Amino acid sequence: MEAQAEMNNTDAQTQDAKTHSIDISAMNRNNEELSLDKETTCMDVKNMDLFYGEKQALFDVNMTIPKQRVTAFIGPSGCGKSTLLRSFNRMNDLVDGCQIKGEINLEGQNIYDKNVDVAELRRRVGMVFQKPNPFPKSIYENVAYGLRIQGINNKRVLDEAVEWSLKSAALWDEVKDRLHESALGMSGGQQQRLVIARTIAVKPEVLLLDEPASALDPISTLKIEELIYELKDRFTIVIVTHNMQQAARVSDYTAFMYMGNLIEFGNTDTLFTNPKEKKTEDYITGRYG
Amino acid sequence: MRESFGSWTRSGAPWVWLNAGAVAISVVMVIGLLMLIAFRGLGHFWPASIIEADVRSPDGSRYHMVGEKVEAITVPAEQIRAAGIEVPAGQETVDRYLIKIGNRDVYGADFRWVIADHIEGISYPEALMAVERRERGNYYGYLLAIKENGQTVAQQGVGENTIWPELEQRIERALNIHEEIYQIEKHEIGRINYAIERLRLKQRSLELKGKDTAQNLSEIDAERAQLNAEYKALQAKLADLYVESNRDSFVAQAMNGTKTEVSLSKVVRAYQPNMMSMGDKIGFYGSKLWEFMSDEPREANTEGGIFPAIFGTVMMVILMSILVTPFGVVAAVYLREYAKQGFVTRMIRIAVNNLAGVPSIVYGVFGLGFFVYFLGGHIDDLFFPEALPAPTFGTPGLMWASLTLALLTVPVVIVATEEGLARIPRSVREGSLALGATKAETLWRVVLPMASPAMMTGVILAVARAAGEVAPLMLVGVVKLAPSLPLDGNYPFLHLDQKFMHLGFHIYDVGFQSPNVEAARPLVYATALLLVVVIALLNLSAIAIRNHLREKYKSLEM
Repeated sequence: MEAQAEMNNTDAQTQDAKTHSIDISAMNRNNEELSLDKETTCMDVKNMDLFYGEKQALFDVNMTIPKQRVTAFIGPSGCGKSTLLRSFNRMNDLVDGCQIKGEINLEGQNIYDKNVDVAELRRRVGMVFQKPNPFPKSIYENVAYGLRIQGINNKRVLDEAVEWSLKSAALWDEVKDRLHESALGMSGGQQQRLVIARTIAVKPEVLLLDEPASALDPISTLKIEELIYELKDRFTIVIVTHNMQQAARVSDYTAFMYMGNLIEFGNTDTLFTNPKEKKTEDYITGRYG
Repeated sequence: MRESFGSWTRSGAPWVWLNAGAVAISVVMVIGLLMLIAFRGLGHFWPASIIEADVRSPDGSRYHMVGEKVEAITVPAEQIRAAGIEVPAGQETVDRYLIKIGNRDVYGADFRWVIADHIEGISYPEALMAVERRERGNYYGYLLAIKENGQTVAQQGVGENTIWPELEQRIERALNIHEEIYQIEKHEIGRINYAIERLRLKQRSLELKGKDTAQNLSEIDAERAQLNAEYKALQAKLADLYVESNRDSFVAQAMNGTKTEVSLSKVVRAYQPNMMSMGDKIGFYGSKLWEFMSDEPREANTEGGIFPAIFGTVMMVILMSILVTPFGVVAAVYLREYAKQGFVTRMIRIAVNNLAGVPSIVYGVFGLGFFVYFLGGHIDDLFFPEALPAPTFGTPGLMWASLTLALLTVPVVIVATEEGLARIPRSVREGSLALGATKAETLWRVVLPMASPAMMTGVILAVARAAGEVAPLMLVGVVKLAPSLPLDGNYPFLHLDQKFMHLGFHIYDVGFQSPNVEAARPLVYATALLLVVVIALLNLSAIAIRNHLREKYKSLEM
């Protein structure tokens, strides 16, 4: 309810991006005014509560994830932002004792419905994790993995998909000569981009990124951020990050979470320059977290 | 001083010394053990010099002795005196030699203990000859003459000294004929016998099914007649070969003057060790060692080789691995990945771990009762009724031995695989699931390959345990002598119902069940050494496979 109210407010508050303390012009951000009201909804969270056993981790979350935009979740450690992200492709199902109330709709269909095929859902909602987790296979086989799972074994189709994915993940030029070497020989940044390539190879609709750059060095981080910017035309991206500058740089919309509650959600520029909530302001000015 | 001791203790140096000392003792014990069995076992094949000497007993009797010195021990004089042999007063100990005098057909025994002080005038005559025979053990003596069809063709001391080369040449010929006979008997006649037996079973099976029509029976009769004809032809060929092989013989004189005529068909090899150069001896040693590893046993397992036992051991271990791996892995995957973790799974784990501690003979009894009699009996009733009342699988055999050992080692594989599965990082599983793979696909494509080194570790432990087991095998399939290998050229090639030989049991049999203990003792050591080597090789190959897998699925630096 709270979030809903905020969303209505965001568009009332028009703010010039150029006055922003973080320089985002380097990313060639389109300066046209962004507003959730004008966006197409991709995912829609309604009255969601999440429990780990007895402990409640998310409290009545309501939000809409806009299509083909980058949405960032920020907040202090343990605030539930990763938990919320993992609910979007039901990765929380793997946790014993995890219970969910409310619903999350993907293109209008509740993903927690009984007759939803979880594997199919995860094919549509891909996920990249904090630490690079390539499989102990060749670079080629890593990228082809999702397609092989779908039963695609035609070499020509796979070759094309691998090349397209690696190019999309800005990795092709670095690895095209060693596609059949082990993925474990790559650097951390390359591995993370490989994981992104692997995820987009199955052409998901939504890309969930769980602190994708937190284990990487600054240069690799920059590359990942550039990549996110490149990919947002084709995918709906949701990113969890600890790094506020990163959220400001890459996202169109930002959600601030605190203690399992969604405190504020809106246009990134607005949220960073003119937060409505005291808690948000305290957090982005570094008073806690 | 006290302070420096205190600081020495605090520095941890005593710990280092203690640990290093323990390691050193273990290493010394292992090396000592290997050295002992290697020395005792491998020395047996060296061509020892033959001594000729007079033995004078204190009671004045003398006799002439020819043989190899096998062993020298020192015994207390009391013991000798108690045996009624006089020992000069004041002497505390007596040296005693064990002499292998051979010529069992002449003296009745191959070995004789002689007190060192009674031996006089030791010499090493070059003309002394040792002959290894297919029966009755070694022969030691002087070659006198060679006969062909009862006619003397060469004689010692007559004409040029060509009698020895002549003998070697004729032995060579006899050995070739023997090899030919062996090939025919073992392979060709073996094949025909096998085919005839299958025909008999086919006929019986037709009778049981009531399909014994005249046409079917006449087909079988025709085949049988053809096989019988082949058999007759081979028999005739064999008879000729036997005549050929018995053509030559030699006459030799033993140490007490007895002259013996020995057919060359009974000779394995003849040599004059006192005349051999070092190079000759090394060559001889190599050929004896090779015979030991590649030949079938002779003379109640005290002579010849132990190849069937090596083959049986390796075969059984490989079959066991093939049986135990899927069992253990499937059980571990279920326990770790699918079963709901709780009281029941905990009980199952405890039970599995305790299974590893059950004495192996209990598994043997279980294998005999359940596998052999129950399962085997029912298999015979269902699939081999034509052979009854002779059992096919309802009797101890390779299959049941492997299965019993697989049961014995399955806990090890389960535990190792479970540990391997637990070590696969969660992030990798999640990575696969997030790409739309189901749990089964994730297991099959990512988790199991990554856990395969751990599975191999389990198999290595299983092999190490199974290859050394003897007790249960005695109940479920190992026998004293089974020269026909469980793998041969007769369909279906792998004979799981056959009984087999095993190195571990062979050691027991040769060491404790042999009629000729003195002759068998070195073979016990040699066989023990070989068992250790075979187990080490089996383990090394499993380790090589594991390292290869490890390299392939190197775990991520998480």
